[in-house]
Amino acid sequence: MEEKFQEFLLELGVEEIPAWMIPSALADLRRNLEKGLTESKLAGGRALEMQMFSTPRRLVAYCPALLEKQPVAEELVQGPPKRIAFDADGKPTVAATQFAARMGVKVSKLQVVTSPKGEYVAVRVRHRGNSAIDVLKELIPSAVLGIYFPRTMQWEGKAGPRFIRPIRNLVALFGGHVVRCSIGSVKSGRFTFGHRQLGKPHLPVKNFSQYRETLHSNSVLLDSDARRARIREQIALLLSSEPGYRLKENPDLLETLVHLTEYPTPLLGSFDPAYLSLPEEVLITVMRGHQKYFAVEDASGKIAPRFIAVMNTDGDPSGIIRHGNERVLRARFNDARFFWESGAELRLEQRIDMLRAVTFQSQLGSYYDKAERMQALASGISYLLRMSNPAAMQGEEFEFRRACQLSKCDLTTDLVKEFTELQGVVGGLYARREGLSEEIAAAIYDHYKPESMEDELPRTKLGDLLSLADRIDTLVGYFGIGHAPSGSKDPFGLRRAANGIIRILAEKNWPLLLDGLVQAGCRAYTDAQAQGNAQSWDRQKVDQDLLPFLEDRLRFYLRDVRGFAYDEVNAVLAAGGSDSKGKNYEVVDILKRIEALARIRPTENFEPLAAAFKRMKNILQQASQAHGFSGGKVNENLLREIQEKELHDNFKDVSQRAANAKAADNYFAALEAIAALRPAVDRFFDKILVMDKNPDVRNNRLVLLQSLLNEFSTIADFSEIVPREKPSEPRA
Amino acid sequence: MHIILPKTKLKPGTQTLQELIFRLSQFWDRHGCIIQQPYDMEVGAGTSSPETFLRALGPDPYRVAYVQPSRRPDDGRYGENPNRLYKHLQMQVILKPPPVDIQDLYLKSLEMLGINLREHDLKFEEDNWENPTLGAWGLGWQVMLDGLEITQFTYFQQCGGIDLDPISVELTYGLERIAAFLQDVDSVYSLRWNDSTTYAQVRWQEEQQFSVYQFEMADVDMLWQQFNQFEKECKRLLQLWSDTKEDAARQRFPVLPAYEMVLKCSHLFNLLDTRGALSVTERASVIGRVRQMACGVAQAYLEQPKPAMAL
Repeated sequence: MEEKFQEFLLELGVEEIPAWMIPSALADLRRNLEKGLTESKLAGGRALEMQMFSTPRRLVAYCPALLEKQPVAEELVQGPPKRIAFDADGKPTVAATQFAARMGVKVSKLQVVTSPKGEYVAVRVRHRGNSAIDVLKELIPSAVLGIYFPRTMQWEGKAGPRFIRPIRNLVALFGGHVVRCSIGSVKSGRFTFGHRQLGKPHLPVKNFSQYRETLHSNSVLLDSDARRARIREQIALLLSSEPGYRLKENPDLLETLVHLTEYPTPLLGSFDPAYLSLPEEVLITVMRGHQKYFAVEDASGKIAPRFIAVMNTDGDPSGIIRHGNERVLRARFNDARFFWESGAELRLEQRIDMLRAVTFQSQLGSYYDKAERMQALASGISYLLRMSNPAAMQGEEFEFRRACQLSKCDLTTDLVKEFTELQGVVGGLYARREGLSEEIAAAIYDHYKPESMEDELPRTKLGDLLSLADRIDTLVGYFGIGHAPSGSKDPFGLRRAANGIIRILAEKNWPLLLDGLVQAGCRAYTDAQAQGNAQSWDRQKVDQDLLPFLEDRLRFYLRDVRGFAYDEVNAVLAAGGSDSKGKNYEVVDILKRIEALARIRPTENFEPLAAAFKRMKNILQQASQAHGFSGGKVNENLLREIQEKELHDNFKDVSQRAANAKAADNYFAALEAIAALRPAVDRFFDKILVMDKNPDVRNNRLVLLQSLLNEFSTIADFSEIVPREKPSEPRA
Repeated sequence: MHIILPKTKLKPGTQTLQELIFRLSQFWDRHGCIIQQPYDMEVGAGTSSPETFLRALGPDPYRVAYVQPSRRPDDGRYGENPNRLYKHLQMQVILKPPPVDIQDLYLKSLEMLGINLREHDLKFEEDNWENPTLGAWGLGWQVMLDGLEITQFTYFQQCGGIDLDPISVELTYGLERIAAFLQDVDSVYSLRWNDSTTYAQVRWQEEQQFSVYQFEMADVDMLWQQFNQFEKECKRLLQLWSDTKEDAARQRFPVLPAYEMVLKCSHLFNLLDTRGALSVTERASVIGRVRQMACGVAQAYLEQPKPAMAL
């Protein structure tokens, strides 16, 4: 029978879906439909083709070709074992008749098949396949309601569906026929709707190409790329009349506007240049934050007295919309100016006490308490830095503490209450305005950076330190009250805080150990507890969970951000510290070691040597289990064979060279030296049987291997390396 | 404060503040709403009025619209800020259950105000609403007209900690904002209340004095005493309620007065907060105390048998 294909169109009409949720909702819908269609084999022999579209009011899926009917399928269904299904005389038992009845066949139709477990009765079942329409009417409601949203609502009573906003319309057409199904009280049909103001509310749909055209002529740009392109083109056009001015790019805002409109049209507005006396950060935030306007800048990058709003309509011929937007912006700028100026009436210092009324976390206290702890942390971090360099943080410790003390004061300003995203920035601006040192001002300004992996880092050293102190305090605090992130949930932004710590340490070369930072954070909390604060904070919880969490973030950073191979990350993190006292959490050092490791890895000797190290490790493990081997010192007199003498001599020589290289901070040279051991190691394994009959000789050889392993595993634990090509197998 | 007194007539087609109220009331009257009067107690929003908070509970359909003067002590600016008010006016509409064409209906109410939507830019932007002191939340939008937020549009999901079934839709029109938009003025104080009177003439003195009182002079001890007293009375009533088993006694039990204690406490909390009298832990615990009362009253309201003539 010839396979017949038809097109499938689904349009879910929803009251305005929040812009930021649309892309993931659309991806979910695609996944759910693809899964159902693939399982039901409706794509036939072809690859399933599906196009997705969205506007704020609709989610759309289109398949150009689905089979009209599921293909016929045959299946062999296995029943009870033959010995149970038939008695000794070969007559069917109850088990056989029941199985046949269940499958709807006569007993005589049962056949015997041989499986690895023995002989079974079986029956061949033919699935005739359902029509695509039958499959789709089941699939559509479950695919739609299976879309994940962070919070859902009901609108038809508790028994009704839950979705992000009420579902009001459903178009489901297969080959031009309505797929009869319903979601809540909404029944599928063949009518869609146009743009709220520019289109008609009731539009018949025949097929996809006509659907697209109908929407287009009713002012709905179905394709988000088309809306994006239209916004860009029209902005360029608007600005072409304003020589010297250009758009201040904001990709996030652009995406929001793409998903907030069905027919976007930008407009260019102006504001009184007198407002340019406000800090640029404030102007931009006012425009972008609440108003969703793009800022415009001049050739030198300074904000121009213009803005671009994106309307959800086709134009503004009378200028009435521009006028309205300008009026709103004026009011908002007035507000901001009032806040900015009234905020300057109090110095940051005068706001310290007001922080007592601003909650940081109910169990951990106010921002006043946080700032106190951060000051203690500043001393702790300064101490850590002096440990590695006695000249460090002599004069700067005072500034660091002061920056900690003042960093959160802007939370009490009306400007930050109004525009929370300006926290830090406003503090920095006020600090500069009241004449505090530029170092402190810049540090406060930057201390919420980096907010993501892509975000800039603080510009100054003090900014780094302040950001570290803030984040360590937050992590130590939240972990200490049992709020470690679980699964994909991270309501307090703790992963982001930890990622920021790793990035600052790694990319700004701070010689600080993660465990040292955590300890300093804990001391600040125990001090606070001694004064009666943060009583429910529990150090044990921090000790147990925070370092593994930071290590996990470090792994993520090394692998996903810096692109190192997973086994290289494992090798470096499994290596003992340079002080060989267990784990070493100095991020800068880890980074140097992994860079050296990644560089040496492609060289000829390295991977075979790594394989040999793994072998040594195995031998030593077995020996310690079987013979209770526990180490010792190499006895040179017991080295009998030339290959073991050679390895021992090489070992002494290489460890000296590796030590010199490490001392000169040149991990690559050290690894190169170690890699040069390979021929000696190969010859050793070629000729020497480690497990000699003579226990002293055996023990001595084990000791030699262990010394080798210990000595050369401080940069990376080579046994963690998984060879990319099959290494030449040394014989036992 | 420089206040512009009305010298010229309003442009034809624009409305005074009171005409705006008339027209919205008329519109929602036509759509089956009871036109209620403002609740005669201090509330932070129209939502707190029993006409919303209590009527949203339970299975019975209800439609109501009313203007509610809403007090936000923290937004007081001594009459010096052109857009922020200690007390502003909300037009509150509750439709339970929401009709399927509620968005269109809402847009028609805007057209009733003489706004030709074809000439304007209208967007529904996500804005979810939550009131922790009332144990209430909902999902919805802020409706933006030419960049101005003119209405909160919320599908209530929970009230007093109780899942609603059916839900209500709540439309909250910001009357001063809409009037300023229609009259094209930059300051609420320049609004025409009627043809001959400005908003400033009617309200400025009140804005100034209440700002002075609540920021500078309110007696914190007295506020605390009152809070504790009203809380005590509310709890006493709720305890009595749970001890009352007989239907006739339950039917006449003062659940509605108990809710007024919640409103008193809620406003006193706002005043204490504005006065800067609450430490971090106090603030969280006072919110918790008010919520507990609100949830208790909501539960009692649902359990209470209704007299035959009552809605």
